[in-house]
Amino acid sequence: MLKILKYSFFDLIRSRWSYVYFAFYLLLGVVLLFLNNDLSKAVITLMNVIIVLVPLIGTIFGVMYYYNSKEFTELLLAQPLKRSSIFLGQYLGVAMSLSMSLILGLGIPFVFYGLFKSNAIWDFSLLLITGTFLTFIFTALAFNIALSNDNKIKGFGYAILLWLLLAIIYDGVFLMSLIFFEDYPLDKLSLIGTMLNPIDLSRTLILLKLDISALLGYTGAIFKQFFGTSFGLIISFIMLIIWVILPVMRIMFKSRKKDF
Amino acid sequence: MVSIENLHKSFGKNQVLKGVDLSIKNGGIIAVLGPNGSGKTTLIKSVLGMVIPNKGTIKVQGENVKKNSNYRHYIDYLPQIANFPSNLKVKELIKMIKDLRKNTNNDQHLIELFKLQPFLDKKLGNLSGGTKQKVNIFLTFMFDSPLIILDEPTTGLDPISLIRLKNLIQEEKAKGKTILITSHIMSFVEEISDEIVFLLEGKIYFKGTITELKNKTNQQDFEHAIASILSENHA
Repeated sequence: MLKILKYSFFDLIRSRWSYVYFAFYLLLGVVLLFLNNDLSKAVITLMNVIIVLVPLIGTIFGVMYYYNSKEFTELLLAQPLKRSSIFLGQYLGVAMSLSMSLILGLGIPFVFYGLFKSNAIWDFSLLLITGTFLTFIFTALAFNIALSNDNKIKGFGYAILLWLLLAIIYDGVFLMSLIFFEDYPLDKLSLIGTMLNPIDLSRTLILLKLDISALLGYTGAIFKQFFGTSFGLIISFIMLIIWVILPVMRIMFKSRKKDF
Repeated sequence: MVSIENLHKSFGKNQVLKGVDLSIKNGGIIAVLGPNGSGKTTLIKSVLGMVIPNKGTIKVQGENVKKNSNYRHYIDYLPQIANFPSNLKVKELIKMIKDLRKNTNNDQHLIELFKLQPFLDKKLGNLSGGTKQKVNIFLTFMFDSPLIILDEPTTGLDPISLIRLKNLIQEEKAKGKTILITSHIMSFVEEISDEIVFLLEGKIYFKGTITELKNKTNQQDFEHAIASILSENHA
């Protein structure tokens, strides 16, 4: 598996798209930090970009990589390699190269800004950690979609739909349901609802870390009570890890039974 | 070498293989023929473990292929379509496949044979279709495995490379290897193969030498013999 990982990774970090992705974050980081004096505002803007963009790029890149390397995968399948190691290797290659673009692209401007001396280092680390988690989650989901759909167009369609669902529609439905059932106690429901969507979960984690939860009113207070504690933080990270593990397990399961 | 028993495979409602029994002995060149959709590629891919059969057992060198990847050390496979990661150089791809499979010493000879020297430093994405096929063939013959499976090996090759390929196949046969070929080019099959296996509607319709096939169908040449099988069964 490590060999496949190594080659997919090197193949990807030399592709033009990795550089574009890296350059985008670099530019974003530089602009937000050096043209804007308020660090916590910069982190919030970055968060808003990351929360939407990372899942989108993760899904699209994952699906694209899978379909593009299909014939090559067939070549690998004829070698004495286990199926699970081929697909896990490729998955990790994509996820790691994307994460690297993210971490380096945002990290470099922050280091120059003097990150290590500022208090924002924890906010910023959390931002990168959740960004990396989101990359791993959505790349794994993308591989799942691609493995289940031999038709490229369908695969891309489902990938975009998944992103739309989790990044936008989920929030809408969630809010609507909160308004609709406002006469009932909703604390637990809204907590669970947030936990079930990795994008919402990441957003909540960062917002609460930034101590602007006062803006969120009563719900914010409840959330703060939960996520603000180390218990809540641990639970949240466990949720994110589960969100990585479940799709990865399905990749292994699905790839074992698939015909090529 | 290879033994297949009662192999069934369907894709959805489409039954492709309906009980194939086939045993291939060591040594010689066997061509798998059949009309489009007769299950040639499915059969080959089942042997490689890329397609997972619904029923039946396949053994290569006595090892059951099910849930096993180790037996593929005995097989060299040339896929139908050659497509490689476009950012890798030819050299790097060769290094990578060597790294994945180990044991080889044949590569310098093959690079010279197919005149691949000038392409070694080029990226795979920039190669022409024919050159990609040469790289593909190169990767297949680089290892000294006892079973070689070639799926449409002639696609995109220029005449000189085709002659070289034929020589290469004969050389490998002389070493006592077993070579399994699918092709649509009947003259190529007739020239090269010792034995043919004719698949029709998911079953083996004929297995034997080309002379036997000609006798069976009362036809003078091979192409007509094949055509007569097809017209008898589809008319």
